[in-house]
Amino acid sequence: MNKIKGEPVQRTRREALKLGAVATAATALPSSVGLTSALAKDPPPGPTTPAFMVPLPVYSAKSAESTLVPAPMETANLAGGECGRLAHQGWSNWAPQKFYTLRVKEAQHSFHPFLPTQKVWGYDGMVPGPTFVARYGQPVLVRIHNELPNNAVGFGSPEISTHLHNLHCASESDGFAGDYYSSTKAGPTLGAPGGYKDHHYPNCYASYDRYDSTNGDPREGLGTLWYHDHRLDFTGANVYRGMAGFYLLFDHIDSGNENDTNPTALRLPSGVGVYDIPLAIQDKQFDAGGYLTFDQFESKGQLGNKFLVNGKIQPFFKVQRRKYRFRLLDASLARYYELYITKAGANQTFQYISNDGNLLPAPLTSNKVFFGPAERGDIVVDFSQYPEGTQLFMVNRLIQTDGRGPEDALTNVRNASGDLVNGGVALLRFDVEGPLVADGSRVPAVLRALPPINLAEVVKTRRFEFDKVNEVWTINGQIFDPEVVAANPKRGTSEIWVLKGKGSWHHPVHIHMTEGRILSRNGATAPVHERGRKDVYVLRPGEEVRVLLRFSDFTGKYMMHCHNLTHEDHAMMVRFDIVP
Amino acid sequence: MNSKRNLIGLLGATALSSVFAASESARRPAPAGTRAAYFPNSIVHTHDGRKLRFYDEAVKGKIVVINMMYTACTGICPGNTANLLRVQEALSDQLGKDVFMYSLTLRPEMDSPAALRNYVEHYGIAKGWTFLTGRPTEMDLIRRKLGFYNSDPVLDADINRHTGMVRIGNEALDRWAMCPALGSAKQIARAVMHLRA
Repeated sequence: MNKIKGEPVQRTRREALKLGAVATAATALPSSVGLTSALAKDPPPGPTTPAFMVPLPVYSAKSAESTLVPAPMETANLAGGECGRLAHQGWSNWAPQKFYTLRVKEAQHSFHPFLPTQKVWGYDGMVPGPTFVARYGQPVLVRIHNELPNNAVGFGSPEISTHLHNLHCASESDGFAGDYYSSTKAGPTLGAPGGYKDHHYPNCYASYDRYDSTNGDPREGLGTLWYHDHRLDFTGANVYRGMAGFYLLFDHIDSGNENDTNPTALRLPSGVGVYDIPLAIQDKQFDAGGYLTFDQFESKGQLGNKFLVNGKIQPFFKVQRRKYRFRLLDASLARYYELYITKAGANQTFQYISNDGNLLPAPLTSNKVFFGPAERGDIVVDFSQYPEGTQLFMVNRLIQTDGRGPEDALTNVRNASGDLVNGGVALLRFDVEGPLVADGSRVPAVLRALPPINLAEVVKTRRFEFDKVNEVWTINGQIFDPEVVAANPKRGTSEIWVLKGKGSWHHPVHIHMTEGRILSRNGATAPVHERGRKDVYVLRPGEEVRVLLRFSDFTGKYMMHCHNLTHEDHAMMVRFDIVP
Repeated sequence: MNSKRNLIGLLGATALSSVFAASESARRPAPAGTRAAYFPNSIVHTHDGRKLRFYDEAVKGKIVVINMMYTACTGICPGNTANLLRVQEALSDQLGKDVFMYSLTLRPEMDSPAALRNYVEHYGIAKGWTFLTGRPTEMDLIRRKLGFYNSDPVLDADINRHTGMVRIGNEALDRWAMCPALGSAKQIARAVMHLRA
């Protein structure tokens, strides 16, 4: 049962798991029909890639530039080669203090030593892209150059629109799907092509309109964000080719300094790339020759046959005997995970501190992280309890065989504590090294307070149904048109959005621009880890989730869409415009 | 990334086809395109009485706009066709040069070339948009290769639930996407034109 050698020989593993499931549920299952159909849907096993051959890539913060030439402007610098975006909102209020250049280009990447080095599309040519470390109160400007080749052959399209998921920022910097650009092409909602686009990230909290003296409401603080491509019709393929990276935000509460003497500081494990480690978790499919493959003729959501963390297949990570903060991100197209940290097959406990990048009011003691595409979960693991030489594994126990979502309860068998019982696949190995070390970090009993829920402020309730009609993914029966507005919430108001999943598919629904609060999930209270602020709401088949949203500070076009990126590209998206 | 893989695939295909060199070489002139090993090269019949090799003559090296229909459909087809007429108008300058529109029948046993021609005339469809029929098994394989299928075989067999999507692609660049057939004609036309390098 506890096979964690790491080599994911999918078929044999899954066979074993399935057989285990059949044995456990023997009284309820008359035949092995389920086994046959599940196997038929397996992705091909792909090339041999022994686990734990390469170290986990960890980045320190991307360096800022002292200046940009030409200087950034409030309106698009068409003469200087910028694409035709709308003018930055709040340009003088949040004048940029830090400047970055980000170049999207083709580069060579090694996913695993046994596979050929191959072309990827990466931010600064890196997979994942560089890690931005930003602070509230320090507005940032990122100049994003598109240096992809126009005549690239294969999946994806070499125009870009970069979404910073889920920064509270103005529409023109949000990476609207129709705002894609290259030096020769402009998407339907841009005025002109251009080789670059300036994105203005004000790094203010939401509800600035109510709390301007504190740069917005600190209870709306975001922490673990990620940026990825959002090009209309090609988002899935472009992200799959490598276009994803982290953007971390700190403030006086989550200060990024575990030895901070400021009494407001939480002193969580700190040092980006040292004890504060973002982990982008993805599955990708490789063909027998070792090359990344993507089925361009498939519209349901592709699964991989290999698991990657930070761009490498099943790496290892050497840890000291102290606490670490891991920022987990499901950066997959369509796969859900239930992750455990195990030692000799036994689940270990850790502190779960943040959902969708937002610190919870109080940490949760947990032994698993369940999430779907684009969701995040921050955890703190204390390795001081393990002797030198201990090996621990981050294991995914959730079985999923197609883009529909994780399989039913019969396949994903749970024990009395609600934990999945199968061995799973180890995505990452932790090697505990060295003696006990000084550790100034802690996980305090109180993290970040939540803003109050005030239903008296709600001015409108909208209902959105996620379905499939004639093989077209729809929201309220409609398909995405970048020039058609499905909802017009008024700036400074609150609304309830009712999200309903129809049919037999899971849909991880992402709402841009603002964090929401789940009021109910199928009429009941949301599970405890979902009671904070969120920006992705997983709809299981038939589920109805009521979400409270407040649209503050900025106006313009934004999107809500399924974050199964194949569903998104097949039109499961709506435009909403925040109006003055 | 795909190019290398496809190249390997093509080499393999070439080696295999050498077995049939005498009969096959005349049919498939070298060099083969990016999707030579993927799409069937079956003979399809056009509404205006021509025969085409599906891959070599309808798809290879072209920017294509392809949907599924059948002449007797009273469901989504009439609306789709009416909207695709607007797409055709928006693409008119490029149509027949590097951009080609095709509609493939889902009922080849009913839709003869003559039936398709009647349909074309009924809707007043101009040149540059070709309706195709052929042997049922081959048309079915082409449909599946285009990604027009339901993973549930029961639903897949239900012709009333057939696809409402349009497959668009640039075969030379192996760049493929889908648009809803009922999307705005302006958006579909732009999506097609942006498939160019």
